[in-house]
Amino acid sequence: MAQMTMIQAITDAMRTEMRKDEKVLVFGEDVGVNGGVFRATEGLQNEFGEERVFDTPLAESGIGGLAIGLGLQGFRPVMELQFFGFIFEVMDSVAGQMARMRYRSGGRYNSPVTIRSPFGGGVHTPEMHADNLEGLMAQSPGLKVVIPSTPYDAKGLLISAIRDNDPVIFLEHMKLYRSFRQEVPEGEYTIPIGKADVKREGSDLSIITYGAMVQESIKAAEELEKEGYSVEVVDLRTIAPLDIDTIIASVEKTGRAIVVQEAQRQSGIAASVVAEINERAILSLEAPVLRVAAADTVFPFSQAESVWLPNYKDVIETATKVLKF
Amino acid sequence: MASKEQKAQFDVKTQLENVSEQFKTLQILNEEGEVVNEAAMPELSDEQMQELMRRMVYTRILDQRSISLNRQGRLGFYAPTAGQEASQLASQFALEKEDFILPGYRDVPQIIWHGLPLHQAFLFSRGHFQGNQIPEGVNVISPQIIIGAQYIQAAGVALGMKKNGKKTVAITYTGDGGASQGDFYEGINFAGAFKAPAIFVVQNNRFAISTPVEKQSAAKTIAQKAVAAGIPGIQVDGMDPLAVYKAVSEARERAVNGEGPTLIETLTYRYGPHTMAGDDPTRYRTSELDNEWEQKDPLVRFRKFLEKKGIWNEEMETKVIEQAKDDIKEAIKKADETPKQKVTDLMDIMYEDMPHNLKEQYEIYREKESK
Repeated sequence: MAQMTMIQAITDAMRTEMRKDEKVLVFGEDVGVNGGVFRATEGLQNEFGEERVFDTPLAESGIGGLAIGLGLQGFRPVMELQFFGFIFEVMDSVAGQMARMRYRSGGRYNSPVTIRSPFGGGVHTPEMHADNLEGLMAQSPGLKVVIPSTPYDAKGLLISAIRDNDPVIFLEHMKLYRSFRQEVPEGEYTIPIGKADVKREGSDLSIITYGAMVQESIKAAEELEKEGYSVEVVDLRTIAPLDIDTIIASVEKTGRAIVVQEAQRQSGIAASVVAEINERAILSLEAPVLRVAAADTVFPFSQAESVWLPNYKDVIETATKVLKF
Repeated sequence: MASKEQKAQFDVKTQLENVSEQFKTLQILNEEGEVVNEAAMPELSDEQMQELMRRMVYTRILDQRSISLNRQGRLGFYAPTAGQEASQLASQFALEKEDFILPGYRDVPQIIWHGLPLHQAFLFSRGHFQGNQIPEGVNVISPQIIIGAQYIQAAGVALGMKKNGKKTVAITYTGDGGASQGDFYEGINFAGAFKAPAIFVVQNNRFAISTPVEKQSAAKTIAQKAVAAGIPGIQVDGMDPLAVYKAVSEARERAVNGEGPTLIETLTYRYGPHTMAGDDPTRYRTSELDNEWEQKDPLVRFRKFLEKKGIWNEEMETKVIEQAKDDIKEAIKKADETPKQKVTDLMDIMYEDMPHNLKEQYEIYREKESK
């Protein structure tokens, strides 16, 4: 076991898989000799050579096409999009092509592609770097969307993503890259995709969340505990497909729930979670399921992040409404 | 006062002329079937030339029958191919079985001659997943509807071949309109940067639906767009099977020798509408233009050439036509006999392992389908 930040755990996952499977290729803008703009691919080109870890021209769409074509030739591409705000350039390759590859060929071909990409607010990035666009991905049949919130989850989920024979979007929250360390096992281990994790057990209220909002929710739960409430925090870890069993089991136990996301209210996946709970556990609910989300504006100019981004105080406020409904 | 003429700093006119000069059309057979460029003559045996003619005639019949079957409602989506036989089939004829084809929506003939069974091509037209289940060992993917996507994917396939150490190429096709897409440019640029064994073909039939090529770009040729990627660009008479074959063979040779990709523009024409979905070419094409291009028919000139060589006659052609008609009848029957699609079939082919939501829906539809 070693103490790792999330970014170190991500690098470790790629290194582990590249050693195990020579068909794994890592490529993107500045991922080679530079080791990535966040050092996520640091040392990989040195260890595995330019044939397996390489830079590409600056064109996201081309990178997506490259991944699809390499997949058709038996490779296992791990492509990086430098920031997820740039997904619009490559939306066709992702949602229009690789997501549909297995289906459109009737199972003859597949796209075993992992797309790694940083996103998320709180670090004062310039425009189109931090946007929460996971909702777009979650709406595309054929994709799986994974968003880890801890170093341990990041490594196990990334190894699973790379081994998955269908395309996986692996979104890495920039604020979580180096915000804390955690014990992460050496060598390989996997966490199943589509499996949520109860990060904190409780009996009065379920907070269902993902990404950077997991830490905010845990902080809120600790505050609420001081007021005598027992709050459960469910970290979705995969937002498509949702782990319905874990969500419903928690709600049936607590009878009250809120869904917390960093994305705007009209975006993200909170509305899906609410709908699933309404359809499956309405008889357990003591109160409506409320959402914590950002305002329905464009992602804020960097100086406005602190007033715009949802935080633990918003979680406490909404949780209190539901607890006192 | 005498006007003082200022000398321009840059001779932009000469610059543009010089560029276009480098992309002269390669032609080997003229409209009369006469060899006008003996030096460029590809090495093809009599049998190979007969086989190429056979395929072109067969494909012309396939087009006529497909249009008719579409009108009867026995086929769905169909993009006519008549006029483009040299461009489509002579290029495919220059490939090896191990080469991988990434076709556009009009490029069904190439993948048929590369090994896709005819009844599956008809199922593709109708909209049935079994049409796209390419047989193992046939190195093609189903026709791409998103114009340009096949180009960036071809760069990836070609890079994969290079990494696997194979002596093969990826070939892909788009039209004149497609050369305006970002993915067109990114595809050729990536293949160039990685020196990947790809052949990019632009079939310039002068129209993207109703939009003439002059409205796509101010560039004098499409072949010269290769300059932006730093790769060779060739313009050929796309109605001349020998010129197309020659250009693709040479591009293939360069690619498998590690010299990178080539862009080939074929000057061609579609005699029919854009697709069978209600397009009316008389709205945007003059009969003069149609007539001019009908004089250039690739079948006519190749037939004349082969007849002069004494290796083609009417009897041989009739035999091909009958064969084509029989095969088409048989293939349509086989397509008719294919089981109808069920929602559970569509769920089965989404993922290797069905996620929770689909598993749940699968049970619901299985129940419905059992009634």
